[in-house]
Amino acid sequence: MNRLLKISTTKSTASFCRILAARYSTNTGSKEHIDGLVKDKKLVVFMKGTPDSPNCGFSNLVVQILRMHGVKDFQAHNVLADQSLRQGIKDYSQWQTIPQIYMNGEFIGGSDIMLEMHKNGDLIEELKKVGIRSALLDQQEDENKQG
Amino acid sequence: MMSVGQNEKPVETSIRNKLSEIFKPSYLEVNNESYMHSVPKGSETHFKVVVVSDKFENLPLIKRHRLVNETLKEELDSGVHALSMVTKTLKQWEDSGQKVGKSPPCMGGAGL
Repeated sequence: MNRLLKISTTKSTASFCRILAARYSTNTGSKEHIDGLVKDKKLVVFMKGTPDSPNCGFSNLVVQILRMHGVKDFQAHNVLADQSLRQGIKDYSQWQTIPQIYMNGEFIGGSDIMLEMHKNGDLIEELKKVGIRSALLDQQEDENKQG
Repeated sequence: MMSVGQNEKPVETSIRNKLSEIFKPSYLEVNNESYMHSVPKGSETHFKVVVVSDKFENLPLIKRHRLVNETLKEELDSGVHALSMVTKTLKQWEDSGQKVGKSPPCMGGAGL
């Protein structure tokens, strides 16, 4: 009887610890956590891999577009390194695919939308809204001076 | 269009059917691009769709994408993890010369 009691106590202690750990560890996929990642940040990218080493062509596409606009100091979060964040950001944005781009806390879209905005010039305007001057503007000015 | 190989491509078929039903597109392409990625042969994980529909009239791009995502929610929740899309109205499609850009290569490179 004592032995039985001991086993059941050990089991319940272990499950209690699990509950405590889940309750008090940072849940990186939670709304509060993601709020903190995107709010008041000029530009945040949730991607597969890192800007220097993307693990997906679509994530890479976004990084390359930003580089063309001279945007280097954006914040990037690698969702492959954090499964909780990977699911959390999909729920947060109500958008099932990665990459995802946020500007000033507002969801902009995925790589198709970034590419379209890059092509039609909207990206320059969107960057301006968050206080980032696109390097493509400088290029255009240079060309105008030369021309 | 759907009689051949329907059972071999259940996801592609389902995507095609749902997009046809919801958007009544004047032009529709459903391309399985899984072969471009490191997944087993015959996988149905990466898709690119071209939907030309007047249901997109006056909707910003992000809303159009959300509509397509919602339509294909079941597929995205169950195995499809890349969905690239071109969403245009008939007029935009005609003005664009009916050209669709290439999808980026899987692991980077030039990317554009």
